[in-house]
Amino acid sequence: MDAKFISRGQLPEWLRSLAARFAVLAPARAGSSVIYRPVDPEAPPRQPELAVKPTESAKRALFPLSEALLTFVKNQPDGKPGLELRETPPPRPCLVFGLPSCDARGFLVFDPVYAGSGTAGKFQDNYYLRRREQAVLIVKTCPRPLSTCFCNWVGGGPASTEGADVLATELKDGLVLEALTGKGARVLDSALLRPAADEQLTAAAQSRAASEAAMPPPVDISGCARALRGKFDSAGFWQGHSAGCLSCGACTCLCPTCYCFDLSDEERGSRGVRLRSWDSCMLPLFTQETGGHNPRAAKAARLRNRISHKFSFYPDLHPSLPGQDGHIACCGCGRCIRSCPSAVDIRRIVTEALGTAAEGAE
Amino acid sequence: MALREQLKKMILEVLPGVDCVIGWGAGYDALHAAPLFMRAPEDVERFLSGPLGAFGAVQNPALFLPELAGKKIGLVVKGCDSRSVVQLAAENLIKREEVVIIGFPCEGVIDLHKLRNKLAAHFVVNEPGGVTAVNLAGDHLALTAGGQEYTFKRDEIMADKCPRCREPNAVISDCFAGIERRADNIADDYEDIAALERMSLEDRFRFWEQEMSRCVRCYACRNACPLCVCRDHCAGASRDPHWLTQADSTRDKFMFQLIHTLHLAGRCTGCGECQRACPLGIPVLLLKRSLGRAVEEMFDYRAGLDTEAKPPLLTFRVEERKIKEREW
Repeated sequence: MDAKFISRGQLPEWLRSLAARFAVLAPARAGSSVIYRPVDPEAPPRQPELAVKPTESAKRALFPLSEALLTFVKNQPDGKPGLELRETPPPRPCLVFGLPSCDARGFLVFDPVYAGSGTAGKFQDNYYLRRREQAVLIVKTCPRPLSTCFCNWVGGGPASTEGADVLATELKDGLVLEALTGKGARVLDSALLRPAADEQLTAAAQSRAASEAAMPPPVDISGCARALRGKFDSAGFWQGHSAGCLSCGACTCLCPTCYCFDLSDEERGSRGVRLRSWDSCMLPLFTQETGGHNPRAAKAARLRNRISHKFSFYPDLHPSLPGQDGHIACCGCGRCIRSCPSAVDIRRIVTEALGTAAEGAE
Repeated sequence: MALREQLKKMILEVLPGVDCVIGWGAGYDALHAAPLFMRAPEDVERFLSGPLGAFGAVQNPALFLPELAGKKIGLVVKGCDSRSVVQLAAENLIKREEVVIIGFPCEGVIDLHKLRNKLAAHFVVNEPGGVTAVNLAGDHLALTAGGQEYTFKRDEIMADKCPRCREPNAVISDCFAGIERRADNIADDYEDIAALERMSLEDRFRFWEQEMSRCVRCYACRNACPLCVCRDHCAGASRDPHWLTQADSTRDKFMFQLIHTLHLAGRCTGCGECQRACPLGIPVLLLKRSLGRAVEEMFDYRAGLDTEAKPPLLTFRVEERKIKEREW
């Protein structure tokens, strides 16, 4: 497929031109963090922040922090109480520029769930699927691993192309952009880009190889689904690992694969809106039942659920190839570790469940 | 004897009489400490074992006391942490006799948000997770990343709460390691709040809108607060009444901060855990400090100094000394 090159100087202009066709998100610095900010085609061009791994994941592009599913109006046609439901207008197609490969792979965990894997495809989530279908993901090769990175434990890599439409690799003076899908090729069709020269392609390939080589060797976590199943009733194990947990939702909110949501109807007078917003299994209200019972009242039970969902329940429900472990619902981005106020380390929990020492992760 | 060794000795002495002793151990890398729950003598080896020592002891262990009520707990505290213990006891949220307090003279702790800002300029490191080796020697912190060394002055990466701290020594303790630091010459000029107040109201509002716009509602600020005790009855999560919208609304996120701030007026000890815990580095401590200053000026009261004191907003006097109701 096509390979193009864009100079660093032209990059903001290209993003602005894309913003005419897409809702473009690009990493931007905000205080001590880096977040995905909309690119405003009217505002002066701004360089995206590419040197630092974004603090949050890119999931908000396809799974907004909060979205209106429908609006409703209570009315009284013919004197009888009635309810008029209105669909929300379809969202603009979204393009994410510069997300790390782990963020793109995170959506591969969302996909089967929202395509209705739990109901054999009977119930599909069109809100997610229509965004997903139109979205263009321009993944940027990760130059250096952080102490919290472990994408290669779960099948990823700093230059993985899985789930990406374009792979961008930084050179000194710009970026090489390689189209991986038809959608990706179409966004590279711009006069601001020129065909990548052979030496640029070689330099990009070398840079990717260097990124892969910079990753510490992965720890083998095959069998983690079974190991965690075996730990389900070990109260001491979970109490030990959750002792420092604050029961906040920093881990789940920043996670590229946490897809759980809450629904709430908010009314004002006769009008209202049904909202879907991020929820977090680490908060006690997540499982609070109307009758008063809470099956996961203890934080140890909630931590067990989060880890087991990613490394045991989900893989059990989403097998990959016969005879192999299923799809692990973690992309190894390490944000839950990096942003945890108590430095809870998901890798340590999984490796201790497996009974192996996490050498190299220390 | 070095401070760490003295503290370890005290922890080992306290350990047989308590369920556990809470302190800090090494986290997943050299810059991050994690709360350490010591139950057996061998756990004590991991106490402050990271290269930053007590400079890395950022978390406030008093946070865990209410959830461990009914058990006897040993607690290693910095000065600010000890004020949280005092305030929890003053409000009957914990029983003083259930806690064995081990104090030490704190010389300040690191602020990883500040370090993150400093590192952002360096191409090879650019954030704490890129650091591979750490060496704290005297007033300098040397970091290695990508084979290169970067040196920072301890002061420039220290939490803002530390240089203005008037209680570096635990204000309450059952045993104290080391020699108390002199602090009677330290004052808090609230210059951070004054700077904010010099902004016009419009600019200040824009500042908060800008800062709050990146909030993801993870509630780390709330859950890291040792005095935030509503837990699963939080106004931010309540659906009936529905105080705050679930829509992605910057103003409602700010509103939540204001609720949190008002609930803490006259109770907040300024430990700064809300701000440290925020994964997005939103400076929410400014709000709490603003009301902390107001309470100090109006009621001559600072929270967390006396277990017998009544927080002024949890009580009333028929005639407040500085509130002249009858003048109008």
